[in-house]
Amino acid sequence: MPAVNKDSIPGSVQDAYCLFIERGDRVRKEMLTGNAAAAWGVRLAEADYVPSYPITPQTEIIETLARWICDGSMDAKFVTMDSEHSMITAAGAASATGVRVFTATSSQGILYGFEMFYTVAGWRVPLVMVNVSRGLSSPITLEPDHNDILSTRDSGFLQIHCETCQEVLDSILIAYRLAEDERVLLPVIVNMDGFYLSFTREPVEVPDLKDVKTFLPPYRPKHAFFKASQPMAQGVAALGGPLYSYFKYQMHLAGLKALEVYHEISHEFRKTFGRKHGVCEGYMLDDAEYVLVMTNSFSTLGKAAVKRAREKGIKAGLLRLRLLRPFPGVDIATVMKSRKAVAVIDQNISVGKGGILHSEIASCLYNDETNPYMLSFIGGLGGKNISPVEFDFIFDSMIKTAETGKVPPEKLLYTESEWKEVERLKRIAGKG
Amino acid sequence: MEKPVKSIKDISLEENLLPGTPVCAGCGGLLTLRHCLKALGKKTIIVNAASCFTLLSVYPFTPFKNSWLYTAMACAPAGAQGVRDALDILIRKGRLDPAEDLKVVVLTGDGAAYDMGLSSTSGAIHRNLDFYYICYDNEAYGNTGFQWSGATPFGSRTGTTPAGKISHTGAAIHKKDLFEIWRSQKPPYLATISPAHPVDLASKFKKAEQFKGPKLFIALAPCPPGWGMDPSHTISLAKLAVNTGIWPLKEAVYGDIIHTVVPKKFKPVEEYLKEQGRFSHLFKPERQEETVKKIQEMVDSYWRLSSPSASHR
Repeated sequence: MPAVNKDSIPGSVQDAYCLFIERGDRVRKEMLTGNAAAAWGVRLAEADYVPSYPITPQTEIIETLARWICDGSMDAKFVTMDSEHSMITAAGAASATGVRVFTATSSQGILYGFEMFYTVAGWRVPLVMVNVSRGLSSPITLEPDHNDILSTRDSGFLQIHCETCQEVLDSILIAYRLAEDERVLLPVIVNMDGFYLSFTREPVEVPDLKDVKTFLPPYRPKHAFFKASQPMAQGVAALGGPLYSYFKYQMHLAGLKALEVYHEISHEFRKTFGRKHGVCEGYMLDDAEYVLVMTNSFSTLGKAAVKRAREKGIKAGLLRLRLLRPFPGVDIATVMKSRKAVAVIDQNISVGKGGILHSEIASCLYNDETNPYMLSFIGGLGGKNISPVEFDFIFDSMIKTAETGKVPPEKLLYTESEWKEVERLKRIAGKG
Repeated sequence: MEKPVKSIKDISLEENLLPGTPVCAGCGGLLTLRHCLKALGKKTIIVNAASCFTLLSVYPFTPFKNSWLYTAMACAPAGAQGVRDALDILIRKGRLDPAEDLKVVVLTGDGAAYDMGLSSTSGAIHRNLDFYYICYDNEAYGNTGFQWSGATPFGSRTGTTPAGKISHTGAAIHKKDLFEIWRSQKPPYLATISPAHPVDLASKFKKAEQFKGPKLFIALAPCPPGWGMDPSHTISLAKLAVNTGIWPLKEAVYGDIIHTVVPKKFKPVEEYLKEQGRFSHLFKPERQEETVKKIQEMVDSYWRLSSPSASHR
């Protein structure tokens, strides 16, 4: 590893790393926030270019990268753009010119740059972005849910969702491999929850650069890039439905192909680093009859709930989705087969419809006769906690459904004390 | 282009924009672009903002000998930033032969330049991005059929500023002064150009070459269908715009303005207005004396204030 500047800000990720190298031993785990883990992933991937724009709770990532680039420990160019719209454009254009690009955003930043998600995905550029999830305005808020990241669902960006800080670092390395694979050539977003992961320190193993280079070779693309001897037109208009359909569907096929490519990469990652990151993760699933489906950091709460349910004799399990694009429908359907009931906890809301993942999962189970009952819960909006009582309620509902065959309508997870608190605040506001 | 550009004979014979494009007959913007690309040469990438010229490169054809990247409406300067930075990084890290370097050029209409693209343009100027920026200004959203933009002049009729009983002047407010908006950031070079003054245009590109940083050009681009004019009058109308003083040809080096073409005797703006359908309501069915006078006064006042020595009228 390159030398680290010791005059850095106290308490920063650099200090943590200084401690690690000064000890000189083989302790490989450090306490890193999700944001710092993301920055480490980018540093190890040796990204060349970081166009950026600050937004809470993502900013620590770009501040960390800016500091490393400034002190020479990372050989890249950093530029602050005038908006996320410009940031994604610069990222895509640089990627189309042949450098390895990283950028990061959150929440409103996705919406401000939204047009360019579709545009740069259509350029088929392999950039990697981190999104730190945060609920969308209005009302404006800070803590996480997934309407921000899920808004990019149809854009052509692939998506990996993380539960732990380690996973954030690892997924960035995987993301570059996936994006840059010639069978894929689509941008990838690595998602983590704001606050719960972005600002939470967890033990993270920072891999050796040597190992990273074996897994993720330097970026030397073979396909066409802008240079004087090779004039080309990129992002040109395609007029007429047949031509437009051709290009759009080609992206879709690449997206589908990415599933197979992901399995290869994930296998190689495990061989190199000893950690497994599948398209989804099963927890106590083997004999599970009642399965929770969750994503991102709240899955940790779900796993604790599964453990408690098991103690009570309920055959509970959890399926955590990691890859949402491409959508591992077959893998999910295989896992769901012959379970008694499944509860999807959507930390998002499609206004006027309900949980987004509930619909997506239902679509891949519909034609299978051994379908389990599927229940829908909306929980964790704007970072609202999901308490043990709420998980108990979910398991009770699943068991009741399996017994009666009657599937309850979608429910919002909300506790009585939370309701009372809202009532109290409404009284203060004169609306009681 | 090693020699200074003093006469039409000094203009390069090189053509980097080939014929056969789908743009309208007599398009002033296309002629401007042809001259710009003669000056810039083949080692150029055009980063385009949504505009009429987005339809120059339609799969599988392109009229350019150079490269092209279409971005979106608001963000071509940001695309230019990405390309410029990537080329710099690749050359610095030894992954690209410096001979493969490209001039990075933003190409935009007035809709993006005056309105939606201001944030990304201002950002690129502020960061001193080494790029060229060409705005072909036809004074309205032309590609959507000629609607009012921030570049539409007072008195012009457009699809969204019709002239009628309630508002009989057409556009009721003045055109933004994009040159002055840019100049407030003191870029190394900015200029106005005209397709009717190719020598002035080429010499400005020649001069701009020496500066590293933003080099910005606005061309007044006659638009036959939008302006309601005969396509064969593009050059004469572009000349008239300069000779009436309505389109001052000038440049600013780090903010200091010089007028490069000053008519010996200014023609009345009425001559320019009368040539165009978009101003016809100022003369028929009744002459709007006040409005015509106001436009003339605006032009007079510009020349009085900006260049006292040039006020020959």
